[in-house]
Amino acid sequence: MSVRLLAMLVLVAAVISSAIGVVYARHESRRHFVELNRLTNERDNLNFEFGRLQLEQATWAENNRIEQIARGRLGMVSPSAAEMVVTNR
Amino acid sequence: MAPMTQRAKPANLRFRLYTVLMVLVLASTALVVRAVDLQVVRKDFYQGEGDARYLRDIPIAVSRGTIFDRNGEPLAVSTPVESIWGNPQELLANPEQLPVLAKALGVATADLTERLVQRKDKEFLYLKRPVDPDTAKDLLALKIPGVASERAFRRYYPSGEIIAHALGMTNIDDRGQEGLELAFDDWLAGKPGLKRVIRDRLGHVVENVELLQEAQPGRDLTLSIDRRIQYLAYRELKTAILDHNALSGSMVILDVSNGEVLAMVNQPSFNPNSRIAIDPAYRRNRAVTDVVEPGSTMKPFTIAAALESGRWKADTAIDTTPGTLQLQGGYTISDHRNYGMINVTRVITKSSNVGAAKIASTLSNDHMYDVFHRFGFGEVSGCGFPGESPGFLPISKSWGPVEKATISYGYGLSVTPMQIAQAYAALANGGRLRQPGFVKGAINPDSAVIDPQIAESVRTMLETVITPEGSGLAAAVPNFRVAGKTGTSRRAVAGGYEKRYVSLFAGMVPASNPRLVGVVVINDPGKGNGPYFGGLVSAPVFSKVMANALRLLDVPPDNVQRWYAGAPDVGHPIDPASEAPEYPADEPNYEESVPQ
Repeated sequence: MSVRLLAMLVLVAAVISSAIGVVYARHESRRHFVELNRLTNERDNLNFEFGRLQLEQATWAENNRIEQIARGRLGMVSPSAAEMVVTNR
Repeated sequence: MAPMTQRAKPANLRFRLYTVLMVLVLASTALVVRAVDLQVVRKDFYQGEGDARYLRDIPIAVSRGTIFDRNGEPLAVSTPVESIWGNPQELLANPEQLPVLAKALGVATADLTERLVQRKDKEFLYLKRPVDPDTAKDLLALKIPGVASERAFRRYYPSGEIIAHALGMTNIDDRGQEGLELAFDDWLAGKPGLKRVIRDRLGHVVENVELLQEAQPGRDLTLSIDRRIQYLAYRELKTAILDHNALSGSMVILDVSNGEVLAMVNQPSFNPNSRIAIDPAYRRNRAVTDVVEPGSTMKPFTIAAALESGRWKADTAIDTTPGTLQLQGGYTISDHRNYGMINVTRVITKSSNVGAAKIASTLSNDHMYDVFHRFGFGEVSGCGFPGESPGFLPISKSWGPVEKATISYGYGLSVTPMQIAQAYAALANGGRLRQPGFVKGAINPDSAVIDPQIAESVRTMLETVITPEGSGLAAAVPNFRVAGKTGTSRRAVAGGYEKRYVSLFAGMVPASNPRLVGVVVINDPGKGNGPYFGGLVSAPVFSKVMANALRLLDVPPDNVQRWYAGAPDVGHPIDPASEAPEYPADEPNYEESVPQ
């Protein structure tokens, strides 16, 4: 009789702990999901920021703009063929 | 008093007991049936309805991959923008907010109301998109009920019109519509994810429940195009088109060693960053979609066929006297002037139509067709550009003597600038044809189309064009040897040819070991008056672009010590500014005969 009672108690304890385990796992999963979302958002935002900066850099480095500044403001010229020296290394 | 417990009619009591019992059993059966009905039979329906009240599956927007040039410079970048949307039912329920919203959106209140009323039985309406993130934040800060924002992506092209045709564009949903954006749409687009969330009545996300499908951001694409060379080509082509008052033009530059497209530009162009309606004529990538008659740029392939037949050598003599050739049916082919006895090389140097036609007359139709076809004419180049034209090469069975003669100098067939570039690249690459490609590192296999010695021999002939005696002196690149061919053709229109021209130049540098092939096509220079010869209009563009492109690519000069021998200007390298020495000034060498 006492053996059956013991078994019963063990099973009840197992059920309760399993239930708590399920609740805990569920909670953990939600917590991790929120964390995942946060990190994904952070990653995306950093990527977007990077994209914007790339875009900005590409706009500043636009060949036409560089050429106008080089020729106009800085007075640079491309060397003519006669001015070029070919070196051998 | 006697106890009242005694009952007179126990049978009646039993009846009442049974009745109560039966009612209870029936009631509980009804409950069980109802419960089974709800929980088992109609569970899906009620569960679905219940979930629909608060669970939502919402897509996770993904950004489209960035397109880079071969040096890692961004050419097309997607950045996030917001799409403002509203719930028409909720907005119409608060009419006092509509003027505020209309002002924030920059539209008239009446228009906004009309749009909302049209969709009044719906719960979703895009109010404005795209909106930059800062403006969207300000708009949401007004806290108008029923207005929310959704993340979307907008494509920006920092190089603008310079590379507009090659890249093409995307639509408002960030899907490729034209050009390489369309060709590589699946690669670039990525897969939007899906997540399930719990939302409250106002549509705010209360809790993320689960991730149904992970978002896959678009992959990046590295093109073979070099932004710097692209810019040079665009600048020079645009300048030439403005100077010559031309209608349109294209330039293609290929890397000989691997068939990669280094630059592909067209005029007129458009700004892909502006969403205003653009004339489709401006959006066409003429370098692959538009066909022209190649004119004399086709002669090297006729000569290649002649050399392959074994009947002709580079120095075989040919009599072009008197500068005209009468074919049966009264069709006359003429040269610009009478070149007399010349050899095969001079046919290329002087661009003699009579010479080319006489050479072609000794070849079989099938052989000539076969050589042209091997060089890729009459078929799409295989570069994978959407909407590419295969051009037109009539089948050899249909060639009569006149057709054959005209095809030998580039009339009666049509080609795209890309096809000319591909064919010249095969000559430059020792007779091995390679399909051009737009992706860096994705090199197409090549196949032998002609004997390497024949290719070498044709290349040597083409070098004589870029001398003071030839028609393409203006294509000379200082310090480099150039091989190339000019071409001038009448624009074909329905019912014949009009007095409008197409100026072409196709060439390769450095001629000793070709690295780059460039093709310049300028359509209708001068619009009927002004210079129109390929050697005057297109060749200078080639010279200017290649001079800088070779410097950018660090190609060592191969013409430092080699002076042009035999001309009066011995001791000077060949230069676009070299004088044409041996002819009177009224007979410049740029001129080539254009059939009437």
